[in-house]
Amino acid sequence: MNANGWIQLALYVGVLLLITKPLGLYLLRVLDARGKTFLDPIMRPIERLTYKLLCVDPEKEHDWKRYTAAMLIFGFVTMLFTYAILRLQDILPLNPQKMAALSEHLSFNTAASFTTNTNWQSYVGESTMSYFSQMVGLASHNFLSAAVGISIAAALVRGIARHTSKTIGNFWVDLTRVTYYLLLPICVIYAVVLVSQGMIQNFKPYDTVSLTEPFTTQVPKVDDKGNPAVDAQGKPVMEDKKIDSQTIVQGPMASQIAIKMLGTNGGGYTNANAAHPYENPTPLSNFLQILSIFAIPSALTYYLGRMVKNQGHGWAVWSAMFVVFLTGVLVSWHYEAAGNPIMHQLGVDPASGNMEGKEVRFGIFNSALFATITTDASCGAVNSMHDSFTPLGGLVPLLNMELGEIIFGGVGAGLYGMLIFVVLAVFIAGLMVGRTPEFLGKKIEPYDIKMAALVILVLGFSILGFSAWACLSKWGAPDPVTQQLTDGTNNNGPHGFTEILYAYSSCTGNNGSAFGGIGANTPWYNATLGLATLFGRFAMIVPILALAGSLARKKRVASSAGTFPVSGPLFTTLLVGTVLLVGALTFFPALSLGPIIEHFMMHSGKLF
Amino acid sequence: MKDIFIEIKNSVIATIIFAIILCGVYPLIVYGAGQLFFPNKANGSLIEGKDRKLVGSELLGQMFSGEKYFHPRPSAAGTGYDAANSSGTNLGPTSQKLKDAVKAAVEQYRKENNLTPDVLIPADAVTSSGSGLDPHISVRNAQLQTERVAKARSLDENGVRALIEKFTDGRQLGILGEPGVNVLKLNLALDGALP
Repeated sequence: MNANGWIQLALYVGVLLLITKPLGLYLLRVLDARGKTFLDPIMRPIERLTYKLLCVDPEKEHDWKRYTAAMLIFGFVTMLFTYAILRLQDILPLNPQKMAALSEHLSFNTAASFTTNTNWQSYVGESTMSYFSQMVGLASHNFLSAAVGISIAAALVRGIARHTSKTIGNFWVDLTRVTYYLLLPICVIYAVVLVSQGMIQNFKPYDTVSLTEPFTTQVPKVDDKGNPAVDAQGKPVMEDKKIDSQTIVQGPMASQIAIKMLGTNGGGYTNANAAHPYENPTPLSNFLQILSIFAIPSALTYYLGRMVKNQGHGWAVWSAMFVVFLTGVLVSWHYEAAGNPIMHQLGVDPASGNMEGKEVRFGIFNSALFATITTDASCGAVNSMHDSFTPLGGLVPLLNMELGEIIFGGVGAGLYGMLIFVVLAVFIAGLMVGRTPEFLGKKIEPYDIKMAALVILVLGFSILGFSAWACLSKWGAPDPVTQQLTDGTNNNGPHGFTEILYAYSSCTGNNGSAFGGIGANTPWYNATLGLATLFGRFAMIVPILALAGSLARKKRVASSAGTFPVSGPLFTTLLVGTVLLVGALTFFPALSLGPIIEHFMMHSGKLF
Repeated sequence: MKDIFIEIKNSVIATIIFAIILCGVYPLIVYGAGQLFFPNKANGSLIEGKDRKLVGSELLGQMFSGEKYFHPRPSAAGTGYDAANSSGTNLGPTSQKLKDAVKAAVEQYRKENNLTPDVLIPADAVTSSGSGLDPHISVRNAQLQTERVAKARSLDENGVRALIEKFTDGRQLGILGEPGVNVLKLNLALDGALP
């Protein structure tokens, strides 16, 4: 944990704080159907045309049921759209590498995953997806799922801010305005800046370059039928292969990566995601990428404060998020910098930390920071391989996702998730003093708590349920040589279990990062992980919108001396406590079987 | 029920409108701006050799194992630095496979560079990067290889050190990231292959 790391951390926090208020004020205009912005001269005509084509009256708001119906149907239609593109990839244009169509289960998994802002990837981007699939099938969701998330958050905040109101907004207006006035303009500039750092943006076929020093390597021999050849003992036969060239990936990357980060989507253009030198060429591109993950979620807390006319509440929520974020960074950074004692015994310099799966240009600190931020939010892009983190360094991203990704969180998703914990915190505080809990002048009643509890239950149910089921099954691809079924993990012992737990935590949390060793491109993994993404998104949003509708209808009661204040350090502490308590109670047993026990085994030198 | 049909129709139309703007107009604007202002970078930062043949990208590592070249980090991308198959090893800290690989790499590194057993090996020299395409090695790693490369090429060590310094990408803006030596550019320069 060197001085340079501390300076970069301070710089990051400083810039994040600096943009929170201006961007929050801008959000206030964007999320108001009549709001005026400096982009009106360009975007207003396009916005009007969109409403006209949709036959939507922007002045007309809807109740929570209609809002939910529009959101669900739109999700379903866009998911079908992407499913169709992936299944028809081979006959669609912009496919210079002649990529084949995707299988049914991989298409379902990918379509579900991108629709829900998860961007879990069971495939290798650069050898699976055509330019058309990346640019249209996938990048469309990067925008739209992010816009949906922000719309839902705005609807919930309106529910809290309004009283005796039937309506919470118009889904189509929110979706359109967020896309046109917030995401698109930022991305145009952001993408060009990324190109200036070395990110590619072109439509040419992959390049081939000749190697300065060709080399020979051993690859498994394949028989006439395409199966791996085996000798009499059942061992795979290897043959020499001369490599004298390097195939270099090309394509429209920058336009997709800008929204991948700003929309907290995280689905990589390439397999290595933001570790790939094209997808994250320099430390500056890395800094901008992590900044853009937290930018909108952080600004949304300011928007919340303004909307409920209690800026202290907005900052209290921000502070709660910040405290958990900072703790995560420091823990992960500490353990990654300390490194792996097993490697140190072999003569590796302990001062250089755990560099397995990390890039030299980012180093230990930026890898730990990125891993924490990407899982605090529901981004899921990675600039280092979480699978190769030390046990406790890797526990941080895993736990972040299991807490519900509410530490700033996904765009919109982070705020509406955190507001559920706010309601719970207020409820617990009410129980402690024996009063009917109130939140910003609204009585919190059984219906509201039921909806909040439903949201919390989805996480535990989906993560632990699917993980347990997967552990008892053999869902991986069969071993190529012995043809025996496997569980698809790349590691044995507790680490293998963590790979499975991480996969379902990531998909349920709509994160999309992975302990990447798991070979999840099989029918069962694709289907269950796809379902987990859908549960994690829609089974949460529906009760949240129901809560929004319920809160909007309520009368406002005057605050009294007994009202629990929702700003200030006491409230922040209570909120952090609630988040950690719920997360710890639900996931501690599973975590102790994975990363926690592995930590002790690593220190005793036990290998698997 | 009528509302449901309206929302289905709206969803279909909205998908089409947004697809045109977000997946057609937007990437083309970025394409136009990128090709206009940063043509080399937008096309992959490719390096042309002396005979105008492409020899690599400055952002992507390549395999080198001969004694007159600086060696990059071990790579898990395909058969090694396969730029169409980016990947890390994804092996965890208690993996036997990882320990075996690092052990072999440490022994090889010591032997190749004629190092005594008390010299600690920089972690980047014996571990694989996240992408398997890391273009950099740490400065310490490059320094430990200097003697071997200079000897194999009968060059003055100080001259090689100067080249290392020239191809070291320092911390950006003085604070961001970690310094690293670009192995491909350094090796091409040693060969005199850079135009």
